[in-house]
Amino acid sequence: MNAIPAPILMMEDVTVDFDGFKALTSVNLALTPGDLRILIGPNGAGKSTLCDTIIGRVRPTSGKITFKDEVITALPEQEIVRRGICRKFQTPGVLPTLTVMENLLVSARKNRSWWRSFTTKTPADETAHAEEILAKIGLQDRRDIIAADLAHGEKQWLEIGMVVATDADLLLLDEPTAGMGPQDTQRTAQLILSLLGRHAVLVIDHDMSFVEALNGYVTVLHQGQILKEGTVAEIRADAQVTAVYLGRSDDDDIAEA
Amino acid sequence: MKFPPKYIVGAIVIALGAFAPLIINAYELSLLGRFLALSILAMGIMLTWGEAGILSLGQGVFFGLGGYALAMHLKLEGLNLANGDMPDFMVWSGVSTLPAFWYPFANPYFSLACVVIVPGGFAAAFSWLVFRRRVGGVYFALITQALALAFSTLLISQQSYTGGFNGLTDFSTLFGYDITTNGAAQVIYCITFVLVVVTYFALRWLLTSRYGVMLRATRDGENRVRFLGHNPLPYKVVAFGIAGALAGIGGALFTLHSGVVSPALVGVVPSIEMVVWVAVGGRNILWGAIAGTLLVNFAKDQISSAFPSLWLYGLGALFILAVSFLPAGIAGLFRPGSGEERVMRRILSRRKLSTAE
Repeated sequence: MNAIPAPILMMEDVTVDFDGFKALTSVNLALTPGDLRILIGPNGAGKSTLCDTIIGRVRPTSGKITFKDEVITALPEQEIVRRGICRKFQTPGVLPTLTVMENLLVSARKNRSWWRSFTTKTPADETAHAEEILAKIGLQDRRDIIAADLAHGEKQWLEIGMVVATDADLLLLDEPTAGMGPQDTQRTAQLILSLLGRHAVLVIDHDMSFVEALNGYVTVLHQGQILKEGTVAEIRADAQVTAVYLGRSDDDDIAEA
Repeated sequence: MKFPPKYIVGAIVIALGAFAPLIINAYELSLLGRFLALSILAMGIMLTWGEAGILSLGQGVFFGLGGYALAMHLKLEGLNLANGDMPDFMVWSGVSTLPAFWYPFANPYFSLACVVIVPGGFAAAFSWLVFRRRVGGVYFALITQALALAFSTLLISQQSYTGGFNGLTDFSTLFGYDITTNGAAQVIYCITFVLVVVTYFALRWLLTSRYGVMLRATRDGENRVRFLGHNPLPYKVVAFGIAGALAGIGGALFTLHSGVVSPALVGVVPSIEMVVWVAVGGRNILWGAIAGTLLVNFAKDQISSAFPSLWLYGLGALFILAVSFLPAGIAGLFRPGSGEERVMRRILSRRKLSTAE
């Protein structure tokens, strides 16, 4: 067995330039299969842009992105997903008029050809897979409720469930705990930890208690550049990170006071 | 065995529709037949607007394509083309020979195929071109409205090919049968009624299929669907194509019932009216589209014959009322759990309380 497995996703020298504003500058990132990576950074650091670039919503100005040894930089969005990358958006992106189960079934579809959808039968393995995820996200009793009627936290879990249901090898979770109380945040951390092994997970967040609960390898992004990588403890101890990121809120407090 | 009330109501409505030729007089039957033809188009709007979230203000175009495809045949039937015979309006316009594109329409089967294929195919191709560029929402509505304007202008300007402002009228036979008699009107009504029922059940099935779920998913969050690995484009194009084909069928049947098809039926204003029928009836419930079409059109018939200048105001008021107070339409009042039904129940219970006092 190799000591260092080949990375599942590689970003090499990725730069994103929005008409002169560099959202990302020469970002290099390698993610390990089945492993957790946490991406933190102050507002506007380029965290969401980084996710957008991986899934093809934003195209890099230069640099290349390789997923499972295939360059995906120029693939159409749905093709990138079909290769095995799925993303949860910052604001819950559930499908509001569909039931919780329908949301999961749309995500769990194995054959995504449109002409295969003229049937009322759902393959048994897809239903079983969706039921399994329903149990994992703890929404069994909400199965037939339309997603619009879920509580905010439940919507976040449902969307995590949808992303998991696609069976993607790499999950990008953009602020999965946004708007959650401490209890739900802890539950979300447990949920994410239970996904590791089968899925590589990239989590974006800036709630430090959540980051500590996850306790994974952390990448700090600042002004579109990678500032530091390391364990949670290392990041906590790093003076530079504290200055630009953790210290910032103190500065703001002072400014406000 | 016990049937839920909605099946009993459904069976009664279908029976009433089937026996309508024996119940109501010829004039009422002709109105009902026309409005049922329109309701086929309305079900298409329910599919695109209600279920796919695509508002089209140009359904009149597809309605017109179907209507004209059949009317062209009706104008040619009985003429001896080899002899150089031409439809009356062409003679009046001084056309010397029948234009080449008219010839195939001498074949009734070609015409009937065109009634479905031309509007359906055109709608699918048109929507594919637009949706492929990821243009949607209000921009799409505006493009379709421009299309309706262009289409009616084209029909009026090409008088020698299309009959111009007067359109195509004065039909006599179809498949050799006289279509102007009362008996023919009853047969046409029955065909229309059967097609309404078939369309209703076909769409009902479609909306419960995986396709229907995917279509609603696309309406709810096109980006979410895309980033779950689906391509939303074909779902929308198929829905718009089906709606176009249904509009064409409705247009052809309407032409048979009314004996005329003209630019006045396909332009911007009629296209908007079509949306109002569905808004009033309920755009997310299939029978609502039919009910809305019948209701608004019978109201229009009554009001515009009594107060001709009033109808457009009435239509506007109806639209505003439907949008502000009944977003799910009349059908929404009957759907358990809908906002309208809750409001209705509250009003009813309040009245009960106040009468108790």
